[in-house]
Amino acid sequence: MTYVPPIRDINFVLDHVADVDDLLTRPPFTDVDRETLDFMIEEVGRFMAEVIAPTNVDGDKIGATWSVGDDGYGRVTVPESFTSAYKQFVASGFGAVPFDPEFGGGGFPWIAAIAIQELMTSANMAFALCPLLTQGAIDAIHHHGTDDQKALYLPKMLTGEWTGTMNLTEPHAGSDVGALTSKAEPVGDGSFKISGQKIFITFGEHEMAENIIHLVLARTPGSPPGTKGISMFLVPKYLANEDGSPGQRNDVSCVSIEHKLGIHGSPTCVLAFGENDGAIGWPLGDEGAGMRNMFTMMNNARLSVGLQGLALTERAYQQALGYAQERVQGTAVGAEKGAKSPIIDHANVRRMLMTQRSWIDAMRCLLYENAAALDRTVGGGDDAEAQQEWADLLIPLSKGLCTDVVNEMTSLAIQIHGGMGFVEETGVAQYYRDARIAAIYEGTNGIQAADLVGRKLPMRGGAVVLEKLDAAAALAAELTGVAPLGDFGPRLTEATAAARRATEWLLEHGMTNPNNALAGSTPYLRMLGVVICGSLLGTLAKATLDADDDADFLAAKQASARFFGEQILPTVGALEAQVTAGADLLFALSAEQLA
Amino acid sequence: MKVVVCVKQIPDPADPGALDPETKTLKRDMKLILDESDSYGVEMALQLVDAAGEGEVTLVSMAPNNERSGLSTALAMGAASATLVSDPALQGSDSLTTAKVLAAAIKDQSPDLVIAGSESSDGYTGTVPEQIAGVLDLPSVTAAKSITVDGSSIKVQRQTDAGHDDVECPMPCVVSVTAGVVEPRYPSFKGIMAAKSKPVDEKTAADLGFDADAVGWAGAGQEIVDVAEAPQREAGEIVEDDGEAYTRIVGFLEELKII
Ligand SMILES: Cc1cc2nc3c(=O)[nH]c(=O)nc-3n(C[C@H](O)[C@H](O)[C@H](O)COP(=O)(O)OP(=O)(O)OC[C@H]3O[C@@H](n4cnc5c(N)ncnc54)[C@H](O)[C@@H]3O)c2cc1C
Repeated sequence: MTYVPPIRDINFVLDHVADVDDLLTRPPFTDVDRETLDFMIEEVGRFMAEVIAPTNVDGDKIGATWSVGDDGYGRVTVPESFTSAYKQFVASGFGAVPFDPEFGGGGFPWIAAIAIQELMTSANMAFALCPLLTQGAIDAIHHHGTDDQKALYLPKMLTGEWTGTMNLTEPHAGSDVGALTSKAEPVGDGSFKISGQKIFITFGEHEMAENIIHLVLARTPGSPPGTKGISMFLVPKYLANEDGSPGQRNDVSCVSIEHKLGIHGSPTCVLAFGENDGAIGWPLGDEGAGMRNMFTMMNNARLSVGLQGLALTERAYQQALGYAQERVQGTAVGAEKGAKSPIIDHANVRRMLMTQRSWIDAMRCLLYENAAALDRTVGGGDDAEAQQEWADLLIPLSKGLCTDVVNEMTSLAIQIHGGMGFVEETGVAQYYRDARIAAIYEGTNGIQAADLVGRKLPMRGGAVVLEKLDAAAALAAELTGVAPLGDFGPRLTEATAAARRATEWLLEHGMTNPNNALAGSTPYLRMLGVVICGSLLGTLAKATLDADDDADFLAAKQASARFFGEQILPTVGALEAQVTAGADLLFALSAEQLA
Repeated sequence: MKVVVCVKQIPDPADPGALDPETKTLKRDMKLILDESDSYGVEMALQLVDAAGEGEVTLVSMAPNNERSGLSTALAMGAASATLVSDPALQGSDSLTTAKVLAAAIKDQSPDLVIAGSESSDGYTGTVPEQIAGVLDLPSVTAAKSITVDGSSIKVQRQTDAGHDDVECPMPCVVSVTAGVVEPRYPSFKGIMAAKSKPVDEKTAADLGFDADAVGWAGAGQEIVDVAEAPQREAGEIVEDDGEAYTRIVGFLEELKII
């Protein structure tokens, strides 16, 4: 199934929601001109559609395979088409766009990387995970590495010639990263011997790149228990020679890979460190600061996983739309007597397509606004602190909401296909399977909800959230009575009021008994997420009223915003009761009684 | 080695818009992209200059509204500069006028080699490269699938129905390139960043010495008298295999003189 990059839709959000023109007047982005940014996004779209998208089915059907290499270490083989596409990706240089020019980067804002990632992930999510993890490792080395480490690793990682991994998870340490037990023993020359087993490591082994730089969380001798005793280490697959080229094999072995529901092209590895002569690693950042340092990249990583939700919804929608136009079944209301109709003419199918379409617009607004807020914190402008609060609040919404919604939207794409959707040959089932992981990794959505009520809601005693709800209410009032938007304004007013009541309830009852807040955290994330999406779509819809653009395009944006307002915002009302019910009923049955 | 590539910027075939009923030509007032059939020529030219170890590729394009989006793509692929001829007076130019205008823009550059696509993907006249050669009084080779430089001449494999002809031609000359014969490179991030500072020399018809009434609708020796919908493709014939279907297939292939 071909993929058509939604360049125009991306541009519209860049213009009217994320306000990129404003962003580019702020340091350090003043050298980036808008025309070049637009041109780049367009060329990236073509590259992803023509080079990366055709490899998506290979990833699913052939997948990654494991074997033992000649050197005795575990080997992972990805489909041949991945290897050649990756070579082209390295040649393209698109992996370097948002990074420090000192190391070969383009110095573009993060939002540019987000656009590239959306396009790459829609094209092939499993493939896109490799550059995504590399990006996270680059970020970590850039923030916490010594000058020597930066000079040695960053240039090759920016080009993609070397890739990166993140090693947190262990069999007994998943959501509870603090429980990890991997060890790091000092050798005496500044290096450490790393030992332990990591599981679920994305692209932990492969041969698309000449080296893999593992970032590993481990404990040094005598360190305190819990997260305070965790340090971060840089462990290359091949130790660097004097001249920086990859030399001796380090003692890191992929002992197996997982068989998974989706993203078959992305190897999920069990990595054994130091089973033989010891894996050599170097500290990245201060001893004991491993967790804290990990958090500096967390925002970007969570945003990117949220983006997977948008990217797969977009891809699944494109395919479902194509199918709905071609599949003929039944006679739709209004069709000529006796004529058979394409299923797109049935109201029920339209509902599914409109739901997907309006969620795509909503998610794109949310994610790109989140990226823009992160970018606005960088230059230290007057509003940097406010932008940081805004970005921090948006992160669990971007991650949690978009990766929940994608399960529903890819499921609708299957539904639109009927029985053919359940059959693998149509390819639409792949999006559904691939999407499922996004709600789990990078902090499960349960953890996102806990982050929202436990860390983000309490910011300034709840004022950050309440101010945003005030702004949403003001916009809702402004859009009330604006004819092309139907009842968008009134519905946003109601939804905002419901979210405010729920927020106040949590502020009052959650602080005294945290389980009250945690019990309602998941519906609250949904509720606040939908309302914030509604207000961002309000901004988008407002822009359509006087934007200088193609009339059909603007009308389509209005219809989709209006659909979100009239059909999705009202669902928020039902969530209020869930948020404010408290924890008692959840625990009414004992663990034994549940059996 | 100096190679000029003629590139056309056309409406995106994925969203081609409509015919102007008055002029019976394609509306071209939207954003235009590099014609895919010209991207092969750009790629070939870049490879030739690479192989020669010196020289550069420059572009020549005639387009409405000073449109340069398609040029940007070719510049980002690696071309060094471009000449863009844009003038309201040129609207409605037929293929001979187009050839004369492009030839005038090429002439100043005294290239060793001029490359063009065999035909554009939106107009399909397929005559401009040969007419450029005629106007410039240069030898012309058509339907090239590969070009190699040999001293002061080139060796070309010309695609034919049966395979290819080997042709030799002295430089300077004009070569038209068959679509699909090389894999055009994608612009890299570096190429994209470099493209914005590459010179694009904008010229009007008058700059190139043409009077407004000698070009465009006024100067066209060709007129489009009618346009009609392409006929619907006819339904195919389905052969049910009763064990003897192969005889029908053989018969069919014989009818087509394939076997
Ligand atoms: C395909 C794939 C790729 C991955 N890639 C990587 C990688 O590259 N690097 C890496 O380090 N890890 C990676 N992971 C691991 C991933 O991040 C973890 O699976 C995830 O953090 C959840 O941990 P867990 O699997 O141990 O689940 P658990 O932590 O056991 O969670 C089980 C359930 O309990 C809930 N839960 C647990 N604790 C709490 C709590 N305190 N409050 C509320 N609810 C809670 C969870 O939300 C979940 O619903 C990957 C996993 C997969 C499947």
